[in-house]
Amino acid sequence: MEVELKEMLNDLESLKRSLTDPSHSAPIDKLQLRVERLTSLAKTGPVRRSKVQDMSAEVVDSNPYSRLMALQRMGIVKNYERIREFSVAIVGVGGVGSVAAEMLTRCGIGRLLLYDYDKVELANMNRLFFRPEQSGMTKTDAAVQTLSDINPDVVLESYTLNITTVQGFETFTSSLKDKSFRPNKEGSGVDLVLSCVDNYEARMAVNQACNELNQTWMESGVSEDAVSGHIQLLIPGETACFACAPPLVVASGIDERTLKREGVCAASLPTTMGVVAGLLVQNTLKYLLNFGNVSPYLGYNSLKDFFPTMEMKPNPQCSNFACLERQKEYLLVKPARDAASKAKMEAEASSVTEAPLHLDNEWEISVVDDSEPDRKEAKSSDALPEGLVRELPSADDFQKPPAEAADSTVDDLEELRKQLDALNS
Amino acid sequence: MEGWDPNTKSTLTQIPLLTTKAGPRDGPAWTQRLKEEYKSLIAYTQMNKSNDNDWFRISAANPEGTRWTGKCWYVHNLLKYEFDLQFDIPVTYPATAPELELPQLDGKTQKMYRGGKICLTVHFKPLWAKNCPRFGVAHALCLGLAPWLAAEIPILVDSGMIKHKDDAATSAES
Ligand SMILES: [Zn+2]
Repeated sequence: MEVELKEMLNDLESLKRSLTDPSHSAPIDKLQLRVERLTSLAKTGPVRRSKVQDMSAEVVDSNPYSRLMALQRMGIVKNYERIREFSVAIVGVGGVGSVAAEMLTRCGIGRLLLYDYDKVELANMNRLFFRPEQSGMTKTDAAVQTLSDINPDVVLESYTLNITTVQGFETFTSSLKDKSFRPNKEGSGVDLVLSCVDNYEARMAVNQACNELNQTWMESGVSEDAVSGHIQLLIPGETACFACAPPLVVASGIDERTLKREGVCAASLPTTMGVVAGLLVQNTLKYLLNFGNVSPYLGYNSLKDFFPTMEMKPNPQCSNFACLERQKEYLLVKPARDAASKAKMEAEASSVTEAPLHLDNEWEISVVDDSEPDRKEAKSSDALPEGLVRELPSADDFQKPPAEAADSTVDDLEELRKQLDALNS
Repeated sequence: MEGWDPNTKSTLTQIPLLTTKAGPRDGPAWTQRLKEEYKSLIAYTQMNKSNDNDWFRISAANPEGTRWTGKCWYVHNLLKYEFDLQFDIPVTYPATAPELELPQLDGKTQKMYRGGKICLTVHFKPLWAKNCPRFGVAHALCLGLAPWLAAEIPILVDSGMIKHKDDAATSAES
């Protein structure tokens, strides 16, 4: 555009020179001024930020990472730059997932994998991230558009699919296994999976994939009445999986019977979703960059501003076969793990005595307690802390009936299919 | 079974229960489960026909039996309203129920998620979870789709969101 405007200025100039009557030059002067103004307007248009080779801690206004690298200078994070090595998969690019993706993008995450089958529509505009002009685009494509503008350093992959279908699930698991981004990484191709979906079916599909791949993941959710939410860390074999016990949700304190559901499926608020996305990504950063305490479960009740927490051990009777396999593996390596954590504890204890804390600083006294590694006994599934409830009941115990329940004696699939077709015709 | 009308309850108890806990990725066990699905669907369809309450057609759209398509209909003010019905068997089936879709009604009612997936009552998922793996496709139709049609179709018709096909034809001609 700037080139075109410059050409236009040149044309006007030669037009002015070719005039025989100088009294006609005034309107041309005016035109030239307008074009000059347009040129300066064009120059202030959108700028694309270029890629950055190394994360620098230099505090200049052109460095997008200076405030993040300051975390390292302050001693909060040991090595912030490691964030560029990590891959995070975000399943569900809705009210929570899109905001989580933007946060990780701004933090300079190495690679994001985005999964969703939905399109952006105007009904989503009460939430953050997507813009009205993106209506009709797939959520994954619209997200890649915005995120690559914000931070071109992030490697973005988008998958428009439904992970609960056989085919979608297949693509989902194989994309998680792909290690081309960091070939020497142990385990799968991603460091963490974030579930930001809005339904039980999709959560169970993420759980299935992560149990099979031995993949650590975090669950997030916002209640259908939009006033509470939660995040949960799931490490296959070590913590409860999503199928170990019926899902745990924050009690809003609203009587279900007074909740009016006529005419609506679900409500949503940008605030609750933003808070949950923030909690989720904060836990993600702590987990990836190894600082602070990673929460195993953190609830959010917005009506009471109450944040219940708890831990859940895996259920040895879990209905998920892959979960039981991971539990066995975890128990096998328990002695080695215990020895390692004991050694680490002793090393930490000796380093504490070598460099005693300033006793005159009352604020630092609590630091010793925080590093206490012995975890509180995880709660059994029936004793829930205040403010948490089970969303669904457990499956009833049942004995296989001695006789086939259906009275039909036919047991050939093709024959049965024909029978149904006959009834359908 | 709190929250269900007596009609739904009595119908439900007559649909044969299933026993094999297997999903579409479970190989031979899934074939076994598929046979049970057919038996229970056949019994349910026969029962509907003999009670003069035939209201759906459904059949597997692929040999693996993971995708199902068909029709369902509802009679309101003596007029029959018919819709396409489709769903996939999820990978985590039967721990999670199939999500029933009526694509023609997508965007016409609040009681629907994107893609035309019907929004089930608060009573459906708990009952399904409690009865895993005994409930199958027939139970999902009986507990999920039938009450949904009964509640939503009259509203959609009365509000003019959907028109009877004869009505639509006459208005198109005029
Ligand atoms: Zn489990």
